[in-house]
Amino acid sequence: MRDPTRHKPADRYPGYDVLSKRNGPSWNDKTRRVVDQRLSIDDEPRFFAADEFALVQAVAALIAPQPAHRPMIPVAGLVDAKLHRGESDGFRAPNMPRERDAWTRGLAAIEAEARRAHGRGFCELTKSEQIDLLEKMQNGELHDAAWGEMPPQAFWKHRLSHDIVMAYYAHPTAWSEIGWGGPASPRGYVRLDFNDRDSWEAAEAGSSDGDNVRRINRGIR
Amino acid sequence: MAFDDPLDRPRAAGGRAPDVFRRGGWVPMREYRDSEPVDFVIVGTGAGAGTLACRLAEQGFSVVALDAGAYFRPLEDFASDESEQTKLYWTDDRIVDGDNPLQMGSNNSGKAVGGSTVHFAMVSLRFRPEWFKSRTLLGYGADWPIDWREMWHYYAEVEDALKISGPVTYPWGTKRPRYPYRAHPLNAAARVLAKGCEAMGISWTETPLATLSAPRGLAHPCVYRGFCVTGCSTNAKQSVLVTWLPRALASGAEVRDLAMVGRIDTGSDGLATGVHYHRAGQWRFQRARNVVVAGYAIETPRLLLNSANDQFPDGIANSSGLVGKNLMVQSNQAVWGTMEDEVRSYKGPPSLAITEHWNYDDDKDFFGGYAYMSQGPLPQLWANTQLGAHGLWGEQLMTAMKDYNHVAGLKIVGETMPQERNCVTLADEVDQYGLRIPRITFSLCDNDKKLIDHSLSFMGQALSAAGARNIWAQEDDTCHLNGTARMGDDPRRSVVDADCRSWDIPNLWICDGSVFPTVGGVNPSLTIQAIACRTADRIHQMARRGELERLPAARPRRVLTPSA
Repeated sequence: MRDPTRHKPADRYPGYDVLSKRNGPSWNDKTRRVVDQRLSIDDEPRFFAADEFALVQAVAALIAPQPAHRPMIPVAGLVDAKLHRGESDGFRAPNMPRERDAWTRGLAAIEAEARRAHGRGFCELTKSEQIDLLEKMQNGELHDAAWGEMPPQAFWKHRLSHDIVMAYYAHPTAWSEIGWGGPASPRGYVRLDFNDRDSWEAAEAGSSDGDNVRRINRGIR
Repeated sequence: MAFDDPLDRPRAAGGRAPDVFRRGGWVPMREYRDSEPVDFVIVGTGAGAGTLACRLAEQGFSVVALDAGAYFRPLEDFASDESEQTKLYWTDDRIVDGDNPLQMGSNNSGKAVGGSTVHFAMVSLRFRPEWFKSRTLLGYGADWPIDWREMWHYYAEVEDALKISGPVTYPWGTKRPRYPYRAHPLNAAARVLAKGCEAMGISWTETPLATLSAPRGLAHPCVYRGFCVTGCSTNAKQSVLVTWLPRALASGAEVRDLAMVGRIDTGSDGLATGVHYHRAGQWRFQRARNVVVAGYAIETPRLLLNSANDQFPDGIANSSGLVGKNLMVQSNQAVWGTMEDEVRSYKGPPSLAITEHWNYDDDKDFFGGYAYMSQGPLPQLWANTQLGAHGLWGEQLMTAMKDYNHVAGLKIVGETMPQERNCVTLADEVDQYGLRIPRITFSLCDNDKKLIDHSLSFMGQALSAAGARNIWAQEDDTCHLNGTARMGDDPRRSVVDADCRSWDIPNLWICDGSVFPTVGGVNPSLTIQAIACRTADRIHQMARRGELERLPAARPRRVLTPSA
């Protein structure tokens, strides 16, 4: 059997933009309001200080590196907006501070670790130095006093990587990239079986739609 | 503000409640004064509370149900958006610890009128009959004080009340009636499950689901949009919000939204006198002849413990010391793989096919059982699974996410054993209402781990046999919350009796997943609703015989026939 992950082009759903359905029967008014509001968020901090925000941007570029062929998603801005609104996941370990405090302390600790190891701030490190530091955090190999009681691996798992990935996949550009149908109320779907695509779903490069994929995807409403 | 925000201001007030079937619509609602003792004040409006509120109101009792969450009209308030719909989850501060700290919020805790059923996956299964006597018949856990044949009657009532869609014949266990509505068609993700089961030589079937496969009143059939666990915006989902609660309101119950109950008071006679609740910026006190606690397995024990007073210093209804103990989740591990075919599992309810084979086969080296079902995670949930459970980030994550439309998965709902060390206690920190927050302690036991290992091994073989490649196991997930106020027939070893009535305080009742002595290998919502229906009938009988404190024997005044 053919390995489905092999020989696939970088842009798996060329020409597909989930937003082309915005005014069609797959989007209800509430969804339009919610997504419009999210699209109005730019890469400007309201919760983070400027230097913290630059650090979030640098880390986000490593955790969720963005493809060149689609518009940039303001990941740091989306993380910042969630913290500004004060939203919570609803649970934490006893030694984890609440969301805002965890982020503030964690970013300060990353900066302290960068300066301790390299004498430079995180944003000034090479990419491999940055990745090395993130891997050490994931493995619990960082011990600067700036972490306080908060375990570095818990900050990585429950805040840093989690919040960045959730922000990235909250954005329509990310939905288009993976060929998801996106909002679907009230129209929903009709064709449910294997390789069964409704005409308002993205066609995949390399599928039986052949050379028509880009044309199909541009025509989706 | 042109648009009224249900999270900002109570909607159920001024003699009316939201009409969940019409945009901007209202239905009339009877209201009671705080100072007027109602027959039943009910804490919560979910699977236990909402069902009980409906059935008691239909029997003619005066009922007020309080919920900390908002009163949504799905047609206008629900977006097709994972982030937005986190507004359905209970995300107030909670501490988690133990060897296997639980993830709370999205997968197990609702904060809305209708409770967690507003975002549940609609899987509506009966317990295996033997589970009601698992200690005696199967050698583990604790026996329920209820006979399975009685439960079979109430399961049928709930299945009809929700117009469950399901198969013509069910492959496992004791004969059961045909499901009221036809089964939904299978999506490709469900066909993967079917292919795997057939290759492994075990049975599978269409999952009995609480979502419409044909029109019902003002609700349309399911359109297969796939956002079930983030809230149904078309009302196909038969949640408590759109089933029991409209009936409750029509029979004179009052529902108060954005009303957080913080404390139950008891009088010098040791009986409950009512509840303190926070609504619209102030604390109020609703007097009641009976108090029902139905806030699910975290908030229920938290409220009982937070209600400690001089007479009951360890929390009320807690002479057994078991309030908060024996917390049971269900294991929710999965195997995932990629198919050469396009699967697009985001279409349709996430779990359209199921096998309960390992709930009914006792040739295993562990106690308890599990079901497993097909899956349909939306992008944020899937990315978070790849990150948290698979450990992918950076380019690896982005590459893996491109296979989203080819992913198929099988996930268990597995039984965990009751253990007293798994518990809900009070932390010293307080929440936005000034109430002590819960500390939730959970550790898997060896039997739980054996069950999980068995399931991952079996499902891995099944998924491979169905043609999936690059298979990996998600080893960390749990779902559902049960236990913490178990029912039994011995006051020293249980919190409530078979009628969900507190052994200590005869006008205090607990009616939600907290009362489960064991949890079984199926989703609990159908059983919670069946227990609530049984409790309502038992209250009716006891009231007629004059066996209820503070209720004259003349009640109930009238009995309405539930409409379809």
